[in-house]
Amino acid sequence: MRDFLFYVCALLSIGSALGVILSKNTVNSAMYLILCFLGLAGLFALLEAYFLAILQVLVYAGAIMVLFLFIIMILDVDTPRPEETKTLQKKPTLLKGLLGLGLVSGLICFLYKGIRNLPYVDLLSAPAPELPIAFSSTLKALGTLLFTKYLLVLELAGLLLLMVMLGAIALSKPLTEKPKKSL
Amino acid sequence: MSLHFILVLAFLLFGIGTLGLLIRKNIFVLFMCLELMLSSVSLILVAFSSYNNSLDGALFVFFLITLAAAEVAIGLAIVVRLFRLRKSIKSDAFNHLQF
Repeated sequence: MRDFLFYVCALLSIGSALGVILSKNTVNSAMYLILCFLGLAGLFALLEAYFLAILQVLVYAGAIMVLFLFIIMILDVDTPRPEETKTLQKKPTLLKGLLGLGLVSGLICFLYKGIRNLPYVDLLSAPAPELPIAFSSTLKALGTLLFTKYLLVLELAGLLLLMVMLGAIALSKPLTEKPKKSL
Repeated sequence: MSLHFILVLAFLLFGIGTLGLLIRKNIFVLFMCLELMLSSVSLILVAFSSYNNSLDGALFVFFLITLAAAEVAIGLAIVVRLFRLRKSIKSDAFNHLQF
């Protein structure tokens, strides 16, 4: 049953990832990406990282993708604009696709070399080494680690979010036409 | 469900993201491909965290999600600014620094 669910989630995420890069409509791409994140959240839940699965749905599929859809719909990107089509030069997409395929196959060879020597283990039934804070699905373990070992990182993440808020406000101010001073 | 399957799956997702970065021009799709690559990395982190029976990798994913939210907020602000400047969202239009 667990293996079956794993394959369903894997196929869902792979298929919708292909949908992201192949669909012509930008809003459809965003919808496919939400589906892909839901598949990944299912995989996280199957790996017993339940909190991360919830976080993936709430933050990624919820907040981040809603932000994406807002901006896509505000800018109205799928309406064709006559003035932009004539300024763009044609680039060979086939060449870039072949380049990408070469890169990906090279990466796959690299991965094969990496995982060839890994012992074949079933993730959920393998005997686990004894660690002070073992992998567990409880929020208590996560919170303990977050507020002891990684307290500084947590504070820095909070500072990062504050800076991002200020930066987004500063970036989205309207463009004002001031006389330019030469440097 | 073995580690190999998850590694191959995450690698396929990363490869699809790379391919999308190369073949698409719509800057929103490029941004979404970046998000896809970031999520595939977080899948690897969770899998190895479970493999090593340690919570550190899972906590790293927690911070990675924070970072992704920050990145999207700033990145979309930059995209809106660029759109106002060039009236286009095709990556070909952003050639200010090109010779």
